[in-house]
Amino acid sequence: MISSIDLMLLSLVVICAIAAINVKDLLAATMIFGVYSFLMCLLWATMGAVDVAFTEATIGAGISTILFIGAILHTTRRSKD
Amino acid sequence: MKEVQARAEALKVGESIIIQTAVRILVPFIQIFGLYVIVHGHYSPGGGFQGGVILGASFVLIALAYDLKYSMNYMSERVNIILGNTGALIFVGTGVLCALFGGLFLDYAALDALIPLGPVEWRSFGIFIVEVGVGLAVMSIMVSLFWDLSSNGGLDEGL
Repeated sequence: MISSIDLMLLSLVVICAIAAINVKDLLAATMIFGVYSFLMCLLWATMGAVDVAFTEATIGAGISTILFIGAILHTTRRSKD
Repeated sequence: MKEVQARAEALKVGESIIIQTAVRILVPFIQIFGLYVIVHGHYSPGGGFQGGVILGASFVLIALAYDLKYSMNYMSERVNIILGNTGALIFVGTGVLCALFGGLFLDYAALDALIPLGPVEWRSFGIFIVEVGVGLAVMSIMVSLFWDLSSNGGLDEGL
């Protein structure tokens, strides 16, 4: 495990996690969450857990992003109250 | 060229001829990759779960680029239910068959009494059978999750 790559990935993961919570637009938050999943996938791969990385890439970045978008498109931009 | 322009003008809002053509070309390769991941699951990264998700994602991609009705020509609700239940049946059936032939649940070496291949071969081959079952079940569940979530459960019009 190369420490400089590891440090870069970890800091990007933290930045993405904070940005996904703080961003106002739900669609943007979903996209940032997909980026977060891919970074976690890279992190697992650098740790040697290729199988976990594969699952993270398919489930976290692939399917869950699509399911989030499918749910968000049924919401409205402004809240009613 | 005229034909393509006529087709492009006939499209509804949110449909793009570039995306539809790209998806049409891309989907067979995604499905082959999913099958590869399932079949090679027991000696390389991947397996039934990941391969099933990739297979399911290919049908989700068709539903996103076209619409839900069009994607159901390729994977109807009935076929989806049959495939999902078959997958679960393969998984549990293999385990129960092992138990019936004198081993523990999912102890593939016991299947040696059914077809004599040797216990070591059966341990490898049994995992392969279970991976296929898991792949089918996961593919069906992923596709139906997307259908229900994108159409509010009605399955009439989606994204």
